[in-house]
Amino acid sequence: MYKIVRKKSLNPTVSLMEIEAPLIARKAEPGQFIIFRAKEDSERVPLTIADFDREKGTVTIIYQIVGGATMELDTLNEGESLCDFVGPLGQPSETDGLKKVAVVGGGVGCAIAYPIAKKLSGLGCEVHSIVGFRNKDLVILEDEFKAVSSKLCMMTDDGSYGTKGLVTNALEDLIKEGNKYDEVIAIGPLVMMKFVAMLTKKYNIKTVVSMNPIMIDGTGMCGGCRLTVGGETKFACVDGPDFDGHLVDFDEAMRRGTMYKEFETHAREASCNLFKQEEK
Amino acid sequence: MAVTRNMDPKKSPMPVQDPEVRKNNFDEVALGYTYETAVNEAKRCLNCKNKPCKSACPVQIDIPAFIERVANEDMEGAYEIISRSSSLPAVCGRVCPQENQCEGKCVRGIKGESVGIGRLERFVADYHREHCTEKPEKPVSNGHKVAVIGAGPSGLTAAGDLAKLGYEVTVYEALHLAGGVLVYGIPEFRLPKAIVRQEIENLKAIGVKIETNMVIGKVLTVDELFEMGNEAIYIGSGAGLPRFMNIPGESLKGVYSANEYLTRINLMKAYKEGAKTPIRKSKNVAVVGGGNVAMDAARSAKRMGAETVYIVYRRGMEELPARKEEVEHAQEEGIIFKTLTNPVEVIGDENGEVKGMKCIEMELGEPDESGRRRPIPKKDSEFTLDVDTMIMSIGTSPNPLIRSTTPGLETNRRGCIVTDGTDGLTSREGVYAGGDAVTGAATVILAMGAGKAAAKAIDEYIKGKNSAE
Repeated sequence: MYKIVRKKSLNPTVSLMEIEAPLIARKAEPGQFIIFRAKEDSERVPLTIADFDREKGTVTIIYQIVGGATMELDTLNEGESLCDFVGPLGQPSETDGLKKVAVVGGGVGCAIAYPIAKKLSGLGCEVHSIVGFRNKDLVILEDEFKAVSSKLCMMTDDGSYGTKGLVTNALEDLIKEGNKYDEVIAIGPLVMMKFVAMLTKKYNIKTVVSMNPIMIDGTGMCGGCRLTVGGETKFACVDGPDFDGHLVDFDEAMRRGTMYKEFETHAREASCNLFKQEEK
Repeated sequence: MAVTRNMDPKKSPMPVQDPEVRKNNFDEVALGYTYETAVNEAKRCLNCKNKPCKSACPVQIDIPAFIERVANEDMEGAYEIISRSSSLPAVCGRVCPQENQCEGKCVRGIKGESVGIGRLERFVADYHREHCTEKPEKPVSNGHKVAVIGAGPSGLTAAGDLAKLGYEVTVYEALHLAGGVLVYGIPEFRLPKAIVRQEIENLKAIGVKIETNMVIGKVLTVDELFEMGNEAIYIGSGAGLPRFMNIPGESLKGVYSANEYLTRINLMKAYKEGAKTPIRKSKNVAVVGGGNVAMDAARSAKRMGAETVYIVYRRGMEELPARKEEVEHAQEEGIIFKTLTNPVEVIGDENGEVKGMKCIEMELGEPDESGRRRPIPKKDSEFTLDVDTMIMSIGTSPNPLIRSTTPGLETNRRGCIVTDGTDGLTSREGVYAGGDAVTGAATVILAMGAGKAAAKAIDEYIKGKNSAE
């Protein structure tokens, strides 16, 4: 069993859990992910590692409640345990030799972008972070990003905080100002990553994106997480989750991501109804 | 004790669920022999001296000896003989391709049908499970530790044999449940999971430790397992990534690998009402491939409510690699066999959902390197199958996680672990391997045979090493 040592709400739909998993904490690197099952009959769900503490033996995950499985996870509290927690899976993000990097995070994707920004900063790399949210209430990890970035651009869709606009606007401004990035790392919704990759292609800047497709085992068995990258079939669980953003077929990934939309909507509504009944 | 032989040329038939009923449920298809049928069938064995059946068994069960016990109604005695050689008798009795092994060599098969060895094995194992109240005893520890990677048929067999010899064995399993392909791949209607669970409980009772959620190559490496005091390691990590055909449209919604489709249904229980893992509600399904996995996927799709299910296979009925019984069961359940047919494209609708599969007819030419006649596309024979789901069941390629993190572990061009001779020794001292990780996709019993041979070799290796010191 994997005990929750800390649980904290970051915004109305996003929470953080620090989980006791000493073996995983010993090996985890930014960019890798875990698979959890909240309860005995729950679905297996992948989540990218948001942080880890090798000495304490804990791994931190940050999740957004989007479907039945994350809703179930959220019913667990500090002191309780997850049924299953397995990792670290996937390849770590490559950080070798990078001197100046723009880290772009969108929404809950910032939870994954942050540990990479932190690692790069620790390696002496100059980090410019661009983080985007729908509105002020959804902002997470602002102080954390500030601490590891020489420049932080806060963007919101409605202008309720930071600058109104998209992360791509901020990134293009920075590039136009003459910033020469060795690499852009973009983590967030597929559509955001797609547009970041389109922009950087124009400026010929290497871009790495972190993919989070539907997955079951996460160890290279089921093949559910396959993506087309540069015309070849790749498996996010063993080949990724990081890929060259200029080669990923985002439109296909977006289509595949909606495979079980109806089921998820149904699961969410069914759980909500259960909660409503419990509250009565 | 002498028994009156039963000279009936035919094997006692296996009672099965009616096809019209069973195609709508996940309950076991074959119902098993009754006590009387088993004893009667056992009497068909001639107990011949040279035991061709035994030599054709990958784990060398003393078949005539156990059958003689059944004929004499000594079921526990029969179980004892089987379990000397097999760690998972209830499983083998159900999923072994007996027609190519023990039963294929049976003398009774020359002028009639072979003895129903598999059915008798299953009966003995089931009888034992239902009647025996004693827990297997834990052997005295010999103080030596061995790690096994993968709790599938190969790893569990190696672990069982080593534990019986007194080794302290820990099995590391990547999934949340032990059993490997027995739990994620083979469906409930062919191998009830309660039986797998029981076999695993028996292994735990003799001291085998199983650690789930441990992906070796990630959380721990082979070298770290040695540092933890293990003197030898057995790699039974199984088959890896599913193969696709690289034809247009394979990324459309509704295209599954058989591994994914079966894992959702079996391991994640998507067939049960209220299951939390989703699966597509299909109407017309095409399963591409002709092996046992393809049959499992097709028959599962039928049970999930599909109206029409096709097996699409590029060679003919004769060449189907699946067990004959599985093919017959599939046919009885209404699976349509489109043999000499090969997909060339998956067609999608405007939402990216599968709506059809473009195929081409094939004909058989000269034999290829596998000895089977090579399928050649027929000119201008393209046609479209109206399907909304396509399940690719054309094999797997080995998993990269262990080979990429174990320096000095030799693998071949295809990525399979290279072993020396028959005992599973790899290019690394003290590291043994077997099953699909070595052979590529094969059968449960071959994986078990490899686990058994390696356990013996590991025992000799550790004993030799310690007596030399």
